[in-house]
Amino acid sequence: MDIAVAIRLMPNTGDELEVEADGADIDRELVEMVINEFDDQALEEAVLIKEATGATVTAVGLRAEGIEQALHVAFARGADRVVIVEAGELDPYDARTAAAALAQGLRQLAPDLVLIGVQTPCDVFGQAAPYLAVDLGWPQANVVVGVSIVDGAARVHQEYSGGRLAVLDLQLPAIAGVQSASSPPRYVSMSRLRQAMAQAEPETLEVSVSPSAQAPKLTSLARPKPQIGATMLTGDAQEVAAELIGVLREQGALVG
Amino acid sequence: MGDVLLYMDPVINERLLAFARPLAEAAGGSLVALVAGSEPADLSQLAAADVVLEVIHPALSPYLPEAHQAVLAAAIRERAPDLVLLESATSGYDLAAAAAAMTGLALVGYCVGLSLDGAEAEATSSIYGGQLEATVRVPLPAVCAISPAALRDEPHQPGRGEHAALEPPAELDSLRTKFVEAITPADEGVDLTKADRIVCVGRGIGDADSIEIAQELATALGAELAASRPVIDSGWVPKVRQVGKSGAHVKPKLYLALGVSGAPEHIEGMQGADLIVAVNTDPGAAIFNVAHYGVVADLFEVAEELTTLLGESG
Repeated sequence: MDIAVAIRLMPNTGDELEVEADGADIDRELVEMVINEFDDQALEEAVLIKEATGATVTAVGLRAEGIEQALHVAFARGADRVVIVEAGELDPYDARTAAAALAQGLRQLAPDLVLIGVQTPCDVFGQAAPYLAVDLGWPQANVVVGVSIVDGAARVHQEYSGGRLAVLDLQLPAIAGVQSASSPPRYVSMSRLRQAMAQAEPETLEVSVSPSAQAPKLTSLARPKPQIGATMLTGDAQEVAAELIGVLREQGALVG
Repeated sequence: MGDVLLYMDPVINERLLAFARPLAEAAGGSLVALVAGSEPADLSQLAAADVVLEVIHPALSPYLPEAHQAVLAAAIRERAPDLVLLESATSGYDLAAAAAAMTGLALVGYCVGLSLDGAEAEATSSIYGGQLEATVRVPLPAVCAISPAALRDEPHQPGRGEHAALEPPAELDSLRTKFVEAITPADEGVDLTKADRIVCVGRGIGDADSIEIAQELATALGAELAASRPVIDSGWVPKVRQVGKSGAHVKPKLYLALGVSGAPEHIEGMQGADLIVAVNTDPGAAIFNVAHYGVVADLFEVAEELTTLLGESG
């Protein structure tokens, strides 16, 4: 059983992102790139399956600044093999072409199961899991919160609104878009990470993709207009808290 | 020509029908609702559609991504609509990109606004966790996944009420996906949908030990403690207390959000609250766009002061 898990680097949305003067992109000089949080969950799920079944885990990333370091993290977390897919420079918003590049790499690796995050913060041209499924001709389920191997199939828990779930069996090879792992991503110590940096030697795969002429175009980025226009309370914590209590009392939001 | 084809999420999506009506009018075409199931649908719920395009096959309920993507692609090929709309629910995450790839159509997701402009559509899409909105131009025909935030319960105007059958695609007889069972969330004695007051913690809470500070405030307010998905996924708060797309959809009198950034998936679950108060260190946090009152401050300092004041006055 070989599991491939995709690792994508994304701007840290926990930080405030600045839009460049021309409005066409965020200011990438200032932004911290981190492993897409859902790919992080997918990685954890892959390692959990490895621990349960003895499967091997290959972490795969498209060539980008910082990808080696991200793959070292994956290795330190339990990946057996790390692979960089060389696809040249890609538009950061063209998730469809990125998925096509990844699909070419995956075809060469021929895993039994691909795990990838359910979405990224900017995959405005579509989520990768269904694109990979169509490109590779494999079944998929997206928004998955648990994957195991049962009787040679991928048993996934697919989540719907309100937390309802369905259990589905996907014939292998298959793809699952992971929202949450079965348990929280594990912590990796600095010493383990340093060890991984020394041991993990990324392999590379060459692929060739070009964006479709029919591709959508992102023309500008801006902060959303407030829907309500919050009244902002200012002052030190004590002043703000006192004012808030007054507001809550006035609005009948307090008990009694 | 000019049709707008809607994929009805396993349950009939009247809000998507309402959203799509002006687009069908602008396109000069019909509003076509695709309904896929193992039994005939209740057409009375589909009165807002001009055409109900129905496909019935045993493999279509319960929902399987592989089966429904084949049906949506077949419907697109048969009707050749200008626009294909889905809601960004689980089925949208499964099917929008799959159907676009199978039919060669362009795709724009996370749409909070959509208009037609000649041979193109212009979408406004919420990205980067709701921090920014992207304006996207897409050539028609196109698939657009609509954010739940853009959908409203609106009175619908009746459509033409026509009915058409779609031949089940051949793929339905050789599926590689099998339904095993459905699981409904366990009742663990907490029902956030019934709470009058909710204190919700987000990623800004930082670590498991700090949950206690929010819990103390919740107790002082007579509120239930809730959390956004990153906190739940970290295992710091039990899943039954999750608010958002994959958790509870709540409408309390008071929703106090502590360190919640306000990702669209979270907003979906709480924007109906009567009074929303947000505390976050980031003045650009998207949660402030839906809050009635906002405080840019350290959530711990504010929470502790609030708990103290409530203790004194209580």
